[in-house]
This record gives sequence, C-alpha cells and structure tokens, in this order.
Amino acid sequence: MASPLPPPRLLSRRRLLGGLLAAAAASTLPAATLARSTTPLTRTLPGTDVALPRVGLGSWITFNVGDDPRLLEACTAVMAAFFAAGGRLIDSSPMYGTSQATIGHALGRLEALDRVYAADKVWTSRRDEGPTQIEASRRAWGVPRFDLLQVHNLRGWEGHLETLQAMKAAGEVRHLGITTSHGRRHDEMEHIMRRAELDSVQLTYNIVDREAEQRLLPLARERGIGVIANRPFQRKRLIRRLAGQPLPPWAAEIGAATWAQFILKFIISHPAITCAIPATTQVEHVRENLAAAREPLPDEAMRRRMAEYVRGL
Amino acid sequence: MGAGAWWTYRPDDLLMVSPRVYARLFELHNQALWPAQPLALALGGLALIVLLRPGPRRTRLLLMLLALAWAFVAWTFLWQRYAPLQRGIAPVAALFGLQALLLAGLGLLRTGLHLPRRWSVRRGIGIGLFAYALVLHPLLAPATGRGLAGAELLGLTPDPLAIATLGVMAMAEPARRAWALLALPALWCLLSGLTLTLLGAPGAWLPPLAVAMALTARWWPTPAALR
Repeated sequence: MASPLPPPRLLSRRRLLGGLLAAAAASTLPAATLARSTTPLTRTLPGTDVALPRVGLGSWITFNVGDDPRLLEACTAVMAAFFAAGGRLIDSSPMYGTSQATIGHALGRLEALDRVYAADKVWTSRRDEGPTQIEASRRAWGVPRFDLLQVHNLRGWEGHLETLQAMKAAGEVRHLGITTSHGRRHDEMEHIMRRAELDSVQLTYNIVDREAEQRLLPLARERGIGVIANRPFQRKRLIRRLAGQPLPPWAAEIGAATWAQFILKFIISHPAITCAIPATTQVEHVRENLAAAREPLPDEAMRRRMAEYVRGL
Repeated sequence: MGAGAWWTYRPDDLLMVSPRVYARLFELHNQALWPAQPLALALGGLALIVLLRPGPRRTRLLLMLLALAWAFVAWTFLWQRYAPLQRGIAPVAALFGLQALLLAGLGLLRTGLHLPRRWSVRRGIGIGLFAYALVLHPLLAPATGRGLAGAELLGLTPDPLAIATLGVMAMAEPARRAWALLALPALWCLLSGLTLTLLGAPGAWLPPLAVAMALTARWWPTPAALR
C-alpha cells in the first residue's frame, strides 16, 4: 500500500464526493456481478508479501487530459469503478503527459491512497535528473511514496537502478523494476534481469505478441521477478481487429464474455504474469476488465487453443 | 521512448492524445477566449479585403495582423494548451513565434512583400485558401458533430491560420520571401493532417490539400513567364 489506512474521521465534502463517485460507478452493476468483481484473483509479487489483483490500470493516453474539468471527472469515475471492482495497481510515467496529475486528482477526490498500489517510472537519460523527476512524480500523484518505481524503457537503466536500490534501502520505495514495450530491447532486458536485483519487469505481452514467452517469462519465474504485461490490447488495435469476429463458443468455459476478457484471461493465466494493465476511458470497460480476473482461467491446453483460434482469424 | 529506438515506433505510438481530448482542446480554448471570436472574424474579414484590394500599406497591415495571430496562437493554444499534452509541441510553438517575428519583420519593411492586383490562377488559389480558412474551416467542427463550441477560427487556432498564411504566400512576391514564409505553415498542415488521420477525425485531408494547392499556385507559371 502507498500509505497506512487513514484514521476514522467525520464525513468531509471530499470524502462524500469520493464515496458518491464510487457508488455511482458501482450502482449500475447487478449485485451478483459486483460481488464477484470486488474480489478479483490476485497473484503475489514474487519475493514479497504483496498480493496484486491480476488486472491493473494503465494510464497511457487515457489519463492525459490536462486540466479539463469534465475529463478529470470522467477519469475519476474510471478510477472509482476500478477501486470498487477491487483493483489496486495503477501504472503511469512522467512520459505520459498529464496522466500523473490526473491520477493524483482522482486519488485525492476518492481518498483512495490506502487502496492504490502506485507504480510509476523514471524516464530520463541522465542519472542526476532521476531523483528530481521521481519527486515531481510523487507530488503529482500525492502519495507519500511509490510502491513500485521502474526504469522506463531501460533509459539510463544502470544509473537509475542504483538510485532506486538506494531509495529501496532507505524505505523510500517498496519495489523496483524495469520496463520495455512493443517487444523492443528484449536482449538488453534479459541481460539486466540476469544481473540486477529486480522485483518486477514490465513488457508487452498479449495473445499475439508472445515473444516474451521464449526467454523473458521463463527467466522471470526462475529469478523470482514479477511481470506486468503492458499493451494487452495493442492500444485498441487488437480489439478492433477482433471486433467483427465471433467469440468461440467454448469462450464460455473460461468465463470470457467479450474479446477483452478473452485476451486478458489469456495474459493473466500465464504462470509468470503478475498482472496486466489495460488502459481505458470507460467505466464499463474497467468493470469488464476487472471481471476477467476471476475464475475460471484457462489451463495450458486451453491457452494453446485460444492462441490458435486468434491466429486463424 | 527508449533511447536509440524512437525510429522503430509507429506514428500512432507517438501520439499522446485521444480524439476526445483533442476535440476538447478547441472547446476549452473557445470558452476561455470568448468573446474574442467576433473580433477574430472581423479582423479576418479585414484581411480578406486587403487581399482583394491590396496596396503597399494594406499589405503591411496584413502582415502585421498575421504576425499577431501567429504569436497569439503560439502562446495561447500551442504553448498553454497543447504542449502539456503532446510531446514535441513546445518546439513547434517556438517555431510559430519565429514565424510571427519573420512576418512582423517583413511588415516593418516598406517593400517587404507585394500582393498581386490582377486576377490569375495563383491569386485565385491564394484568395480561395484564405477565404476557406476564414469562412468554411470554422464550420467543419459543427458539420462533423463536434458542435460550434469546437469551431476552429482563423487567428485563434493553428489550422486555419496556417491555411490562410499558405493562401497569402501562394500569391505573394518576391518568391524567395514567400517561400520562406510558406515553409512552416506547410509543415504544420502536414503534421495536422497526420494527427487528424491518426485520430480518425473527418477532414484530415484538408490541411494537406491546402499545402498541395499552395504549392500548385506557387509553381503555376506567371503571365510574364508565359509570354
């Protein structure tokens, strides 16, 4: 957690508003769905006692809304629905425009510091700029400290990992990691995974981008490193491509009612994957995504069948 | 982007805004500037009159109005609104400022730029582009479902300003100065066309078409060359 539970207090306007947003986000769900979706499956970050819901929330593009009051409220409603459905990990980066400030706005409105697992990144070539950037990010989120800090796209990773390790030793961050995306620089990521003490790596993995299965995911299991899967829908491209195609009838066997759930269940059922982080602007989609993180999940044979089906479309 | 790997990204990987955020940029801009819109339209109409009945002093006035608009759009739209959301726009805002300085510099010169008085293909295209930017481009937003609140007006937003400037520079002389002042509006229109295409916005082809028309006008043989 980013902070201990706040002490009980009188109902403030902010707290009331946060509660109303969460209630509004949850109110349209059938009771049975809500009951199920508030308890998503979790996976423990290897080597830690932190159990993370297997679907988190990304913020690339979707939360880059500037100071637009209408869109800030829309993003707050998305986060309210995310927390109401049992979500915890939210991921951002100083590279994502105003996304960090949007998250900070919503966390403040919802008084959700005790519910979020705050994952952010350091993104600069210069090591000496890292601490300043991290502090600016922390202020934007409004959290006392980050739960996870990652070196974004391996940029300046050697220097930044030393900084993050020192911060972790000092209790200024709980966990540290590295990221890449789009299947790039896997050789370098493998090299770092073998050499450095990491809690987590973040990479692109989905039902059609599966290169990570060859070396990185087995290595993560071997080394006890958590894996966060980004770009689960290839920034909507995969969903758009599949939208006109029928779900296979056997999708019901794994509880997938939509293509988004089909894809997410494929990702999070890999034994090395800690969680996937789809980004969305829609309350309905965040519910749909979190609902994918519950039983049943596909076994290995079903995963092969799922991949073959999508490949054949 | 990862160091040393930016060229492997697709254009849409570099775009940081969603269609709804891009549309809201113009709505918020119009809200913040109201009632500047009638003034912008009036000044645009004045500029169109200058194009139709040019003279040395009027041309200098037109250049000053364009310089003011480029500086205004650079600061109020690009720097204050768009740059916080989209990486790469801050230097573009600086280039808009440079364009404003160049226009103002030419406006200060007695013989900085000449506009043709006689009708020709080049003049027709130039005035047509300007009139489109002033009158028709603002209607694109309401015509495509974004509402009048999202209208993009000449003098307040970059696309119509770039198209109008293309129109002026398509017919202006001397050619070397006109080409120099045509470059940035053309680059902006191409960038805007790419952005709108990636956003799936209707009318994405309009800014690049304006560039093609301005280039056609500039390369069109002058009556003197035909003799």
